Amino acid sequence: MTETLFEKIWNSHIVVERENEPSLIYIDRHLVHEVTSPQAFEGLRLNNRQVRRPDLTIATIDHNVPTTDRSLPMVDETSSTQIKTLEKNCKDFGVKLFGINDPNQGIVHVIGPQLGITLPGSTIVCGDSHTSTQGAFGAFAFGIGTSEVEHTLATQTLWLEKPKTFEILATGKRRNSFAVTAKDIILSIIKKIGIGGGTGHVLEYRGDAISDLSMEQRMTICNMSVEAGSRAGLIAPDEKTFDYINNREYTPKNYGELVDTWKDNLMSDTNAKFDKSFTIDVEKIEPQVSWGTNPAMVSDVTGTIPTPEEFGQSNEVQIESAKRALAYMNLEPETPIVEIPIDRVFIGSCTNARLEDLKDAAEIVRGKTVNPDVNAMIVPGSQMVKHEAEKLGLDKIFKDANFEWRESGCSMCLGMNPDILKPGERCASTSNRNFEGRQGSGGRTHLVSPVMAAASAIAGHFVDVREWS
Amino acid sequence: MELKLESFSKVTSIITPFDKANVDTDQIIPKQFLKLITKSGFGKFLFYDWRFDHDGKPKNDFVLNNPLYENSQILVTNENFGCGSSREHAVWALKDFGFNVIISPSFADIFYSNCFKNGVLPIILDIEKIHKLLQFEDEVELDLNSQKITLGDESIDFEIDSYRKIRLLEGLDDIDLTLKEVEKIEEFENDSSIVSIF
Repeated sequence: MTETLFEKIWNSHIVVERENEPSLIYIDRHLVHEVTSPQAFEGLRLNNRQVRRPDLTIATIDHNVPTTDRSLPMVDETSSTQIKTLEKNCKDFGVKLFGINDPNQGIVHVIGPQLGITLPGSTIVCGDSHTSTQGAFGAFAFGIGTSEVEHTLATQTLWLEKPKTFEILATGKRRNSFAVTAKDIILSIIKKIGIGGGTGHVLEYRGDAISDLSMEQRMTICNMSVEAGSRAGLIAPDEKTFDYINNREYTPKNYGELVDTWKDNLMSDTNAKFDKSFTIDVEKIEPQVSWGTNPAMVSDVTGTIPTPEEFGQSNEVQIESAKRALAYMNLEPETPIVEIPIDRVFIGSCTNARLEDLKDAAEIVRGKTVNPDVNAMIVPGSQMVKHEAEKLGLDKIFKDANFEWRESGCSMCLGMNPDILKPGERCASTSNRNFEGRQGSGGRTHLVSPVMAAASAIAGHFVDVREWS
Repeated sequence: MELKLESFSKVTSIITPFDKANVDTDQIIPKQFLKLITKSGFGKFLFYDWRFDHDGKPKNDFVLNNPLYENSQILVTNENFGCGSSREHAVWALKDFGFNVIISPSFADIFYSNCFKNGVLPIILDIEKIHKLLQFEDEVELDLNSQKITLGDESIDFEIDSYRKIRLLEGLDDIDLTLKEVEKIEEFENDSSIVSIF
């Protein structure tokens, strides 16, 4: 019988399987952060339970951390309490913590891969929906709630209903592979299949246009699977995958042997059956800009804001959503995207704050200056990304152009730390969610790629970055 | 913890009509309230930015501020409810506010799973039935055992898989149940080549 890649990973992790019931699935990697774990550790304590496999568990602090000078005391007491709680929990339960001053601190989905902790063929969970990022390595990686965090800590397993499979086939070649990015591909996919299009399914991204992407670009694609409703998205590993993980701090000692097994097994069989399939030709994709309050409300940069009727077709619910979104975003239908002025630029998040993202943005910024009406900031995905960028002198390029150069963390992707939009501010953001209030109550988010964000920072409004490269 | 799983079989309540699609968990519980380290006390922050204005005063036109629905335990909403962030705080907030049942044409995967872990019943119904419920103004009776919602003279059947139903009815703790399988977990660990991080 033929199997998809996801089915192979699933089948090799079944601990208990009974008819018409969820299966008990073994978890190879559990990543923990400060926001969704305190209640889980407290549950263990109250029931006198231990962490079953501290050797498969790591923790970091990313959501709450200030991105300004960390030698100063934290202003926000509740954030500080949450951080101290994780420090204590990790100490009490023997979990390795990459703490606030650790050189390996960073957004949890960025540090897993860069430390060689994320491995092909594995099951990976974290109390965070963007765990799907790590599916780029051919892993079944998915976000869980706090009850499941506690369950994983206590048992190293989860009861799961087997998701269906959904093939996303990306064909063709991007016309301008610098200006049309992985972000534009995934936004185009979400625009087409909708934010609930992948619900109940694991996405597998396939095709030449996916193989063509670097590992960091593949992570951008898998990261936003959850924005299409899928708990997980994955890409079969290849030489690029194996090279990326090689020689990292926690790369397994028997790595060569592991790669040999992965090469033989980790791909969907020829003729494997997917429950659903969708094909996209990347040649037609332009830089994308979101205009609404969910990640399917997206336009080509050369396009205009649609009317609610154009967006919703004849679907009343969608038409109503679009009306509400336009009111919240304070935008009029038929406005050209390039005429929308912006107040803020955020280059950061688990979607787009890895080294390549910063390199590409720096290419655009070099020798130019941020528009005087715009406040722009760069928040590297991890301290390691930050240091590598500084070695290349990228920090200097950004600072010379009047970008703020910050410490790493989730920052203004969700605004749990002091980095937030003020009510009414409009932001070009490389993050993943443009929900109402996501980046700050009353704030207006437009999702774009790093190069689009960088060019818009300089122009003061959206621009077609293809004209800049 | 404070929110021990409670078993439940019947709910008699007026319906809170909440005809919105794609309600994300950022709306259900905005991020500034995720910093608590307990599971209780999130109800007062439910739908905070929709319920309150910038001065913290309740918005009169928001359905949850209507005294008519004060004791409602059933929220009826539109498609893709609970999308976005995995934050279980969203379910804690709904439960703490008083909602034990949420009815929608579809739910986001993580939110759906989080509901069952906290004794909240998510029910999926087709859009015609949702419209009927949204318009029904009297109390309804929901019986988990017979999988029926009674609205006056009419009734609507709903589906739920038997495994989840039993867990809800008995208020069973997942971890206790899993630990009964500990020998199988050990067997798996011995047979597979699990790669330690360190």
